[in-house]
Amino acid sequence: MFDLPAPSQLPAYPGVGYKPQHFSNIIDRPDPVGWLEIHAENYMGDGGRPIAQLRALAARFPLSVHGVGLSIGGEAPLDRDHLDRLKHLVGWLNPAAFSEHLAWSTHDGAFLNDLLPLPYTQATLRRVADHVDQVQEALGRPMLLENPATYLEFAETEMDEIAFLSEIARRTGCGLLFDVNNVFVACTNRQEDPIAYVDRFPLDLVGEIHLGGHDTDRDDAGLPLLIDSHGCAVADPVWALYARVIARGGAKPTLIEWDNEVPDWPVLAAEATRAGRILAAVPA
Amino acid sequence: MNARFARALLDPGQDRPAGLTGPGGAPAGRRFDVYRNNVAVSLTEALGQGFPVVKRLVGAEFFDAMAGIFLRAHPPQSPLLMHYGGGMPAFLETFPPVAHLPYLPDMARLELALRQSYHAADAAPVDPARVTALPPERLPGLRFRFAPALRLIPSAHPVHAIWRANTEAGAPRPEPGGQDVVVLRPGFDPAPHPLPPGGGAVLAALMAGATVAVACDAAPDCDIAALFSLLLSGGAITEVEASP
Repeated sequence: MFDLPAPSQLPAYPGVGYKPQHFSNIIDRPDPVGWLEIHAENYMGDGGRPIAQLRALAARFPLSVHGVGLSIGGEAPLDRDHLDRLKHLVGWLNPAAFSEHLAWSTHDGAFLNDLLPLPYTQATLRRVADHVDQVQEALGRPMLLENPATYLEFAETEMDEIAFLSEIARRTGCGLLFDVNNVFVACTNRQEDPIAYVDRFPLDLVGEIHLGGHDTDRDDAGLPLLIDSHGCAVADPVWALYARVIARGGAKPTLIEWDNEVPDWPVLAAEATRAGRILAAVPA
Repeated sequence: MNARFARALLDPGQDRPAGLTGPGGAPAGRRFDVYRNNVAVSLTEALGQGFPVVKRLVGAEFFDAMAGIFLRAHPPQSPLLMHYGGGMPAFLETFPPVAHLPYLPDMARLELALRQSYHAADAAPVDPARVTALPPERLPGLRFRFAPALRLIPSAHPVHAIWRANTEAGAPRPEPGGQDVVVLRPGFDPAPHPLPPGGGAVLAALMAGATVAVACDAAPDCDIAALFSLLLSGGAITEVEASP
């Protein structure tokens, strides 16, 4: 456990996932965006424009560093080289939050570039908790762990996702990153009620919220199959779930994630404005 | 589980792993294919973004199919996709369907070099006057250190001209003949430049620490003035050392 600051020092305002094409928009007039999130792996080069832009942004905005490559949910030991790179980045940037996923992406040295699912068992619980401990020890700070968007289930799963995440947080002292779109995607894919899920989620552990867009498909049986694409606007039922979360848990730092088919700044800023209106309706 | 999952992800010919279900315990079916698709599509996109001119030269449809073969044989070995594709030049050299495009591996080397240069460490270049103001007799004894963003791509093909023809409207038609190319990054934007004949051999020797006199032996006819003018204007030299 950590006798350290809370896992998130982000302000309870809207933020956006930073894209280099928006650099001058953000520097000129960031409103309504109060903070930015970057993908850690994009800023692990030695220099050049990415690092220079990041330095300039860090001087102006609270930043959240979001890892997509640590494979915390994997069977293999954590990649020490990658952990060292994260430590270096988090060390010089001193971001307001660091987060990663309840997922795996690397096996046998191959990085598969997707957030892959894991069964929820006592064995995977121990392993994920060990990995979270190792990350927090290496970084010298508590992290946030994000609930996944999943498309299938494991016959061997023996715990529900909320119990699994809550127990990881209890054992390691980490906080949670609550992706409300992922809830809608995963619950729809499991034919479960997303409202019941968000109503049971331990919001006191949540240091950051993600909102992103998803695509709609069908499985072999014609059942809805939602895909976490981050390539379009946040869907209306996800906004409704989000408003419900904020009404119960209070205002939380909220990120608009739009990673593919990235729109022009005004479109992204409008999504942030919509989150900001919901945040402004409740006390922080 | 990870091993079976990973093998089936990368090999569409493999059965989907057992023990994966959809709602009500139905077999996962297409649900597993979402992950297969994410892996293949995202890595194919990463390769397409990393090798835009190679992609243009072979056509998008051909490139994506070739990327599918490459990514299964050479999945990324690191989560840093900025470095993905280091094996592409060697792959292209032995991939029979592109054997009729002998310059393609060097084009992949050039595109890798541009990407590496973009992410390379910053370094302050020397004031060009530190070289140009020296009396000519001092030049043969000089050694240099070069910016981390500098890359040299020697080629037996007109690789710079082909690159220009595929990135610049109205660029001249490539003429046959080899071209050594240097990638320079004076600010944050790397750009390739053709070296004068013999320049590749001279620059390679200088980068290995040779003095100008020794490096010139590698290509005695090389236009050294043109080579240094290019290197200095591109911010390629970060230190000048006079031999004792």
